[in-house]
Amino acid sequence: MTIIPTGSRSMSEVTTTPGSTEPVLGAESELPEEAREIVFEIRNLAVRYGGALAVRDVTLDIAANEITAVIGPSGCGKSTFIRCLNRMNDLVAGATVEGLVRFHGEDLYDQRVDPATVRRRIGMVFQRPNPFPKSIYDNVAYGPRINKMKHNLDDTVERALTHAALWDEVKDKLKKSGLALSGGQQQRLCIARALAVQPDVLLMDEPCSALDPIATARIEDLMEDLKREYTIVIVTHNMQQAARVSDRTAFLTTEVGESGHRSGRLVEFDRTATIFTHPSDPRTEGYITGRFG
Amino acid sequence: MSIDLRPPPTPSAPKKLSESGKPPGSRSDRVFRYLALGGGLLVFVILALIAWSTTKEAWPAFTHEGISFITSSTWNPSKNQYGALALIYGTLVTSIIALVFAVPISFGIALFVTEIAPGWLRRPVTYVVDLLATIPSVVFGLWGIAVLARAIPGFYQNVSDLVSPIPGLKTLLSGDPISGASLMTAGLILALMIVPIVTSIAREIFATVPSEQKEAAYGLGATRWEMIRGAIFPYARSGLVAGTMIGLGRALGETIAVALVVGSNARITAHLFSSGDTMAGIIANQFGESTGLQRSALIGLGVVLFVITILVGVLARWIVNRTQHELNTGAVR
Amino acid sequence: MSSQSLYVAGHRGRKVSSACATGFMVLSFVVMLVPLVLIVGYVIKRGAGVISWSFLTEDLPIIDRLPGGGIAPAIVGTLLIVGAATLMAVPLGLLGGIYLNEYGGKRRTASVVRFLADVMTGVPSVVMGLFIFSIWTLRYQYSAFGGALALACLMLPIVIRTSEEVLRLVAHDQREASYALGGRKATTIGRIVLPAAAPGIISGALLAIARAAGETAPLLFTILYVTKTNTSLFHGPNVALPLLIFKNAQSPFTAAADRAWGAALTLIVIVFLFTLLARIVAAGFDRRRRA
Repeated sequence: MTIIPTGSRSMSEVTTTPGSTEPVLGAESELPEEAREIVFEIRNLAVRYGGALAVRDVTLDIAANEITAVIGPSGCGKSTFIRCLNRMNDLVAGATVEGLVRFHGEDLYDQRVDPATVRRRIGMVFQRPNPFPKSIYDNVAYGPRINKMKHNLDDTVERALTHAALWDEVKDKLKKSGLALSGGQQQRLCIARALAVQPDVLLMDEPCSALDPIATARIEDLMEDLKREYTIVIVTHNMQQAARVSDRTAFLTTEVGESGHRSGRLVEFDRTATIFTHPSDPRTEGYITGRFG
Repeated sequence: MSIDLRPPPTPSAPKKLSESGKPPGSRSDRVFRYLALGGGLLVFVILALIAWSTTKEAWPAFTHEGISFITSSTWNPSKNQYGALALIYGTLVTSIIALVFAVPISFGIALFVTEIAPGWLRRPVTYVVDLLATIPSVVFGLWGIAVLARAIPGFYQNVSDLVSPIPGLKTLLSGDPISGASLMTAGLILALMIVPIVTSIAREIFATVPSEQKEAAYGLGATRWEMIRGAIFPYARSGLVAGTMIGLGRALGETIAVALVVGSNARITAHLFSSGDTMAGIIANQFGESTGLQRSALIGLGVVLFVITILVGVLARWIVNRTQHELNTGAVR
Repeated sequence: MSSQSLYVAGHRGRKVSSACATGFMVLSFVVMLVPLVLIVGYVIKRGAGVISWSFLTEDLPIIDRLPGGGIAPAIVGTLLIVGAATLMAVPLGLLGGIYLNEYGGKRRTASVVRFLADVMTGVPSVVMGLFIFSIWTLRYQYSAFGGALALACLMLPIVIRTSEEVLRLVAHDQREASYALGGRKATTIGRIVLPAAAPGIISGALLAIARAAGETAPLLFTILYVTKTNTSLFHGPNVALPLLIFKNAQSPFTAAADRAWGAALTLIVIVFLFTLLARIVAAGFDRRRRA
């Protein structure tokens, strides 16, 4: 994995080609396209719940050390999509995944692939903070323990909490219950818990939707830091958040299909700056301007 | 946070996901899954074993008596005659008496808890009803035979005198001899014993009636009773029927209390203030001294009881499931 | 058309019938309360005079009608039998509950198991006793273990259904968090779901124990009767409180009746303690779940 320092992401530096939904090569972009390491290749992904289509036509690449945001109106299948990336949809009875998801070139849905291994390598943070009713220490140590990574557990816990920018706040009360923390701290605890198993990727499903603006800002700062070492995919209903933190943005919308059933589909995927300044699809523009007034 | 906190990233492609065959833990995962399934299927195994083993032991009596096992009312071990009709009759009669008393009272208490009692009183009332459920059957029996059966004949006599001019009731409640240990006493004790279960089912069902339905009735100027009849009963009807059937199942199978207070007199009589006997009661009272064919016949009574209670239980569950289906699909009248 | 005053009753009959109905509901509660108070009061009144240290610790007299002696063998037998039944029924029932909630869900097999568990709850205890008599006691003789088997069969469906209910209340996002960390199903159930559900499961088990402790009929055909304490689970007949009460209740002699009342009070206290404990544990569970 090559670590390349991120440059500034001023919007004026980005050039666009109207009408194209392919990622655009630009001389001033922060990462040269050929240097981007593709983590997820997603082709024609579709998910059905008990036969009913939930989301379809998702084709995009997610690169290492970038933050990829997924936005769209509620019900467009953002969460459904992100839960395909660590096979959480396997746990939903009746859910079927079609299309191709490659993780470092390997088919994620191959028969030989073990979902538990996938989820260890691809961490997830959920909409509502969901610490276990255990101590702060045991919350973070849970993943390493069940994955037989008990070597230097104390160090692992400290590293993960430091990484999640929570260590200084909790180092004196590691034995206290994780539920005793504030909402924002709980969410950072959940991030630390995910980091403790040393994943490659961090999936975040609306991680700030239950938090106040100050706690949200802390998480956003944290994401900037984490980006250097992790690949981050974030689902958010908050467009400003996507604009603030992400490098690339995927816009999904809902459509009424032939059968009259609503389902989500990918409209546009591009650099975040392009999506927010020169979207190529009128639906993206409508969504963004509609929300910003 | 510039310090590198992770182990150095591998320069080559990350480790393959599909590598090295079966990953650790997936085996114990499967083992646990089958263990859990085994725990579930155990219920099926036990029910099948009950049917098989009791029928096997009862078989000599069944072949000896043939159909007269359930059509004859003569239960006479000394002559090896085992006709269970009088016992089936006693079981049904005591259970019906129990329902006649327990069901209105249970519905009354359930309505009291859900509709009338102020908030602070609901929990205590529920606890008190549950307390009745914790009293062991044998204690009901002890109290029934030592206290109730001694005190109640005078009351039975009064009722008997009172109703003797009325034709229907005369047959049921009047005549000689009046006995403290009787079908009626057994029925009353059974009623006490099934009140808690019927009450708790009725309470749960009343609690599911949407408040919009009640408010709609009140909004039309209904009194409380009119609201209960118009909004609650139609909505809860099949649930209440099922609750009643579950209570019936309990009453049919109840053994020890009945064995003590029913009078142990296997015969068919319409006179409810006189002694009778039930299937469960005679099993409890005669099993200890029984051998051979009599023991086989007593186990045969158990088989009949098993079949009856299973039928009642299946019917009750079927009604409950149908109700839930109706509630889910909105097909309730 | 003049407007009617709100203070004038519309239909007197309607008001009266509604008041009658309300009166009936209150009366129902009273009708249930009176026998409860009478029974509990009488058991306390008769039992308290009988219970003493020697009553609780001495062996039974060889013949019922003789005064003196104690009920220790029955207390020991009850604890032994109910304890063994619990050790069998709770783990197996818990497995069944785990199957229903965690693996079965809405599958057909699970619906059938659920239905059969409900049906099994309705099987009379006397039938359970006859069942264990024919499958166990005929071959292996009377013993505390036979009684424990019969009680375990009564407890099993109750434990299955209550543990299923309790497991269903464990928050879904806790399971998801565990899975997202690479936790397998068995790991997630063992480390997250069961600890969270433990108080509810314990409370359900205690209620099942309370019910089993008061059962007489299943023991009639499986443990027989003894007058000396027998601490062996597998060897020799045994005795339990409900059985002792049943035997003495039928006796016309005062000594036997006194013994029955003393044993009844002891049994009610034991059952009540288990029920109370279950309530306390359950209340703690509710509080923790809401927090």
